[in-house]
Parts: sequence; structure tokens; C-alpha cells
Amino acid sequence: MTAILRPEDITANKLISSAAEWTLQYVLKPIGQILLFVFIAGGSISLLALVVGFVLQTDWHGIDILRVPARINLFEQVLRQLPNMLLDGITIGFVYAVIALGYTMVYGVLKFINFAHSEIFMLGAVVGYEVMMRLNEAELLSSLPPLLVVVLMIVMAMVVCGGTAVIVERVAYKPLRGAPRLVPLISAIGVSFFLTDFVRAFQALNRNVFNMPYLTDRVPFFNERIVFAQGVSTTYTTVIIIVSAIIMLVGLNYFVNATKIGKGIRAVSQDQATASLMGINVNQMITITFLVGGALGGAAGVLFGLKTTNITPYVGFIPGLKAFTAAVLGGIGNITGAMLGGLLLGMLEAFFSALLPYFPALGLGYSDIFAFAVLILVLLFRPTGLLGKKVDEKV
Amino acid sequence: MRVFSSKNSNQSVQMSSWRDALPVIFGIAYVLIVFLLLRNLSRADLWFPTYSSILFSLFVFSPFIIFALKIPLELRIVLIAIIGLVLMPILGMQDSFYLELITQIAIFAAMAIGLNIVVGFAGLLNLGYVAFFAVGAYLWGIFTSNANTIVRVTGAQAAPELFWLFIFIGMILAAFTGILLGFPVLRLRGDYLAIVTLGFGEIIRILVSNLSNISSNRRNPINITNGAQGLPGIVSPPLPDFAFQLVESLTNGLGLPVNNPRAFTYQLFYYGLVLVVCAIVALLAARLDNSPIGRAWTAIREDEVAAQAMGVPIVKMKLLAFALGASFAGAMGVIWSARNTFVSPESFSFIQSIFILAIVIVGGMGSIRGAILGAAIVTLLNLLVLKNFSLQINALRNIDWVVPIIDFPIRNWPQQLEPARYERFVFGLLLILMMIFRPSGILPAKRRQMELQREEEISEQEIAADAATLKPEDLLGAQPQQAKEKP
Repeated sequence: MTAILRPEDITANKLISSAAEWTLQYVLKPIGQILLFVFIAGGSISLLALVVGFVLQTDWHGIDILRVPARINLFEQVLRQLPNMLLDGITIGFVYAVIALGYTMVYGVLKFINFAHSEIFMLGAVVGYEVMMRLNEAELLSSLPPLLVVVLMIVMAMVVCGGTAVIVERVAYKPLRGAPRLVPLISAIGVSFFLTDFVRAFQALNRNVFNMPYLTDRVPFFNERIVFAQGVSTTYTTVIIIVSAIIMLVGLNYFVNATKIGKGIRAVSQDQATASLMGINVNQMITITFLVGGALGGAAGVLFGLKTTNITPYVGFIPGLKAFTAAVLGGIGNITGAMLGGLLLGMLEAFFSALLPYFPALGLGYSDIFAFAVLILVLLFRPTGLLGKKVDEKV
Repeated sequence: MRVFSSKNSNQSVQMSSWRDALPVIFGIAYVLIVFLLLRNLSRADLWFPTYSSILFSLFVFSPFIIFALKIPLELRIVLIAIIGLVLMPILGMQDSFYLELITQIAIFAAMAIGLNIVVGFAGLLNLGYVAFFAVGAYLWGIFTSNANTIVRVTGAQAAPELFWLFIFIGMILAAFTGILLGFPVLRLRGDYLAIVTLGFGEIIRILVSNLSNISSNRRNPINITNGAQGLPGIVSPPLPDFAFQLVESLTNGLGLPVNNPRAFTYQLFYYGLVLVVCAIVALLAARLDNSPIGRAWTAIREDEVAAQAMGVPIVKMKLLAFALGASFAGAMGVIWSARNTFVSPESFSFIQSIFILAIVIVGGMGSIRGAILGAAIVTLLNLLVLKNFSLQINALRNIDWVVPIIDFPIRNWPQQLEPARYERFVFGLLLILMMIFRPSGILPAKRRQMELQREEEISEQEIAADAATLKPEDLLGAQPQQAKEKP
């Protein structure tokens, strides 16, 4: 998969003659790249885990600052947990990656942080819940094939969230184009708050609920475990999340790099004025960017709901911030970077969640701090992100 | 003011003085009518929540209305002082909720002025401002509440008299935290800075909700913040005995005895204290805005590169803005925790930062009067209007009231839609609408206004302003000269 911002991509977009070449270009290559990223992220986290485990296991002459009980051999613990940790990290990492794409695409085109994207994501999770509930009420949930249920949920979420994102852009961002940078950002914060309570009010009226538990336990398929080795197992939900995320990433790659509209979006993200001189409808491209970003956010919401199985209208804030961190980590405005960032961040989160319980002085309460710490560190030492290129700010 | 011919000059002076008296009469009448109506409100009234929202809002806005009237400055100050120092405490004796509300408004106004320095003057969007407030609040809380290990084990409880010292320590500590945060992140561009400050605010919140032996597990012996349960029993500074006696005799003398004179004295004390702090903060911010520092901030806000080229020390100035804004919040945090006697992490969530930001935006970025007006509007909306709206709906539901004209029985209004619980909805909408229709706020800052206008308009305005400040006697005195100059 290639970045949207590179000028050489436009020329590289040549006609693909044969089907085999097409498959290679738009299916195998991106999948290979995703796998590479998974290996990079997984490898670095495993290394980190082993080093931390080794350091903690070593006897530092009785110094017991972290108050780890002496009988626990952390090195062994880390080794035993590593496979599940990696699986967990990949799952949540793909969810972050798909959300981060929404941030990064909008940033690429409008140079603006779409703060409301986290609520679009939350809306997707709620739509998924609604679809599940409706199917259950129609007594179709257990009779329909589970995969079809997931597809239905994702498609509905994509439609609703894409539409909402476009409406939000029209109402709250479009009138502010060209205003100072902070003005649309504040408007986006307003949209985020508005959407949170709008969904809350809607669900309060609709079902009189605040907590929305996904009905995954009604379908045995979701909880069936696949055992890879002793102690290393996962559910079909995890597989569904990973596979659908990969499909979406590959689809987005095709859309951005191989279609005419994708070319238009890339052109707008490079230079709006010139793109409009070349006959590209800039407004239309921005609308499509929001549509695609919103749809991806909605789909990610469903995947997140399937993973956590309980959502509320306030569920968007923290994953949204983490996904934004992922986008910054990979280099904001860069689609490939968003994927790498998402995976790395997911791995880091899994790593901390697995390790923190061993430190009674800290505990799981701190697991959300790391994302903000990563964000601050990245912005300090490499503001352009891992895959971003240095861009001089225009004076 | 028109220049009249010398023939009827005497008459014109009389007329103008009569006209000058109009705003004074209007102002006094407005305040008195609103005050008397508020005094005569009865809680038993079915429409009490609505009446009290409207009347108290009108009362809170009365200083702004008087300030906008064309009457001499001294008279304006006297009138506003009467409202603040006489009428408001009397209302407080009648219903201490009003006093609480106005104290909240003043606290938020002072914080909004602090945030205004960062966002309005220097143009750095800070989405984690409430973190500095938390620093101040927890500072006083940790040293006086005995729910944590520091006080319980070491017995290092701060004496209540140290409150005054701790206001300054809170300022310094918050400013230090601001510098600590600002130093690494101030290189970042505006929107990145916003997200990083947001993350910082969340880090502080997570820290205070976890620095305990409760949330994680009991094996941790050190409990600093008592976790999500918060720190109870925070003390207030001691007041001299005569203050209590004075307040008690005053309330009895006015025929408005209060249930708990001691608590009421403290309420009055905090009311006065936050008013004083708010005034100091406003004055300080106004002086800063007009100082070389303020101009440097404006330069940074408008064009960082150009400001740097002109020799403005960017990092130093940005840090100064961050530290000053933070110190105001720190001081208010100490006062707030003492007044509230309880702090918990819930009070320092992201929505609180947005709440203060909404105040700044509604009032007008960079405008100090705007910040105070914004604090009044937003706080009243949040703590009075929305709550009373809910109460009103419940009261009407109880008597099965039907909305006239549209024939809507109020009991059909869904229970889930209680306005008081949807403050995010209201503030989100408020932010969007303000950004679209009036990004400069209700009372835009003068300098910003000047920046946004063309030169001719300013010069015209200046002429008009000069003309307005001329008094009639000046004009009369100047008349012979003008006559001479005429060809």
C-alpha cells in the first residue's frame, strides 16, 4: 500500500493489463504490507516485553521499588502471555488503524483535526447494536448465518456514519473553511459533544438504555474458540475483526490509488487550488473524503462493539484519542502510516494491559495514560510521525 | 450631542441633563423591579422554577446593563457596588442557592479570564485547562483532608490559617505545572497543541483517580488522592468571631434569619473572596493585555514567524501565557476546594475544560468583559436554567398541565428527556453556532475588532468616540472659537 501524498504515485497509476497483475498490485501487495506491519509491530513489542521481563526478573540486590512479589517470575509470565498479548494487540490495533484512517484522510485533505470522528465511531457501534437488537426482535439473530449478521451490521453502520459525517461536514465545517485554524477545531468539539448527547437522547427514547450490551452471547459462533496451541486461543470474533479490517484497508487502498475519485482526493490533498484549476471538484472530493472516513469509522465502531461487547454513548472519546495518536504516530495525512501507527499502538496497549496488573503500586487504572504519553513523545521527537515526511510550513 | 445655537443654549443644557438622567432612572428602576420581584417569589408557586430562572438571570445581567448605560463612570460603579454588596447578600439570605450560583459564576469567570490569556491573547488552544484547577484543588485537599495517608500517618495536616498562603502556593504550583507541560509542547502548531493539552488534562485526571490504595488494590499502602471516592472534609480558613456575630445580627436585623448562620457567613465570605480575586484577575489581565507582553502575545497569535522576526521571544512569551493562565486556575482551585469541602476526579473531566472554553468563546476570545459575561451566561444556563427547566417540567407533570395552543399534555413529555442531563447537547450546539455565526463572541475584544476592520472604519469610529466623550459645556465653550474659524 502506498501513501496518498507521494507525487510519484500519480504517474505510477498506470493501466493494469492483466488480472494477475491487478491482483498483485491491489490485493497481494497491500496484504503483504499489512502483514509486514503486523510483524514489525509484533516484533518490536515482543522485544520490549522480553527486555522488560528480563530486567524485572533480575535480582537488583533486594531493591523492590515496584513491589513485585518475589515468587512471580516475570520473565516466564511475559513469555507465557506473549502470544495472547500479540493477538489482542493485533485485534485492537486493526480497530485503531481503521479509525485512524478517518482522522488521517480528513487531515490530509483539509489540514484539520476532525475531533467529531470519535463520535462518528461511537455512532457506528450504536448502529451495530441497533441492527443486532432489531434482528433479535425479528428472531433472525440466531437463524441467520453469523457472518451475514456481521456484514449487515457493518454495512448499516457504514451507511449511517458516512451520511452523518457528510452532514456534519456540510453543517459545521463547510461554513468555516478558510477561517483561522482553531475555529473549525472548536466547532468539531461542539459537534462531538452534540452527537454524544444526541445519541444518548435517541437511545434513551428508543429503548430507555444507556449501556448497550452487544448480543454476542446469543450467537454461539462469536464465542467459539480457536485453539492454536496450549494456552493460545482466540475467538471467531477476533478473526472476524482482523479479516474485515484487512478487507477494508485493502479496499481503501484500491479506492485511493486506483480509482479516478481517489486520484482526485490525492490531488486535493496535495494542492487544493491547483486541483480546482485542473477541473477537480474540490467540494465534491471533500464530501467523498468525509463519506469514506465516516464509513470506515462506523465500521470500526461495529468491530469495537464486537470486541468489547458493551458500549455506551460516551465510548468514543478514549478510542478516538488513541486512534488520533495512532494517526500522529504513523504520520498524519499518511494512510499507510495510520495503519502502522494503529497496529503499534494496539500492541503497546495490549502490552501495558498485560503487564500492569503485576505492579500493585500501579494497577490497570493507568493503562490509558500510555497513549497520551506516546502522543506527547512522538510530537516531541518526531512530529512528522514514523512514515511522515518533513513538510515546511508555509509562511 | 448637537451644537445648539447660543440663543437657546440654556434650554439645551437643561434638556440634555434631563436626557442624561433617563439612563440612570432606567438602570435603577430595572434593578429595583427585578430585585423586588425576586424577593417576592414564593417557592410554593407552580411557576417558581421558570420565574426564578428568568428573574435571577435578569438580576445577574443587571451589572452588565448598567455598565453599558450612558451614565457617569462613578455612578455606574456605585450602582454596581450596591447590586453586588447589598442586594445580592439580601437575596442570598432569602435563598442561599442564589449566593452559591453567583459564587460559581465568579469562580468560572476568573478561570475563563485565565484561559483567555492562553487562548484569547496568545492564541494557544488549551483543552486541558481544568488540570491546573485540579492541581490547586488537590493541593489544598491533600494537605487538609484526613482521608489520605499523608495526613493520617504523618499528621502533616496544614493549619486552616495557611489557606491564604496556599492560594499562592497553588498559583505557583499550577504555574510550574503549566511550564512543565508548556516547555516541551509549545513548539507544536495550534491544533496539535490542543490535542496534547487535552491528553495532559486526561493524564492529570487519571493520576488523581488512581493515586490511592482503593482503585487498584489494597496492597498499595500509599494513598494520596483517595481515588475516585475523592477527598472529603477539606477545611475552610478560620474567620474571626465578630464576622459571625455581625452576619447574625445583620440577618436578624433585616428580618431574614438564616437556618445556619455559621454556614451562611462562610458563604458570604467565599462570595466576597471570589469577587475580589475575580476583580484582581480581571484587572491584571486587562493591564497585561495593554502591556508590551500583551502586544507580544498578539503578535504571536497573528503571525508567529513575523513576530519572531521582529524579535519577540516566542517560547518565553508562550510559556508566560501558559504559566499565568495556569496560576489563575490554581488559585481558584484552592479556593474552590475549600468552599466545596470535597474534591473528586469527576470535577476535573474533559467536559469541565470545554465548559470553560465555551465561556471564553461565548464571551469573545481575548475579551475580559466577554469572559465575565460568558461566565454568567454559560453558568446560569448550566446550573440554573437547565435545572429549573427540568424542575418546571416535573412540577407541571404532577398537575397534568396541558400546553395551551398546541394542546400538548406535559405528561407525554418523555421522562428521559430531562434538560438538566443534556448539558453536552446544549454546549455542543452553543459552540457550533457561535463558531458559525459569531466567532468573535458576544463582546469581541477591542483589539481584535480593530484588526478585523478596515482603516477608514476605525478612523470614523475614533472620531465618533471622540465626539461622544466631549461634554456639552466643552462644546459650548468651543463655540466662539468655531465661529471665528468660519469664513
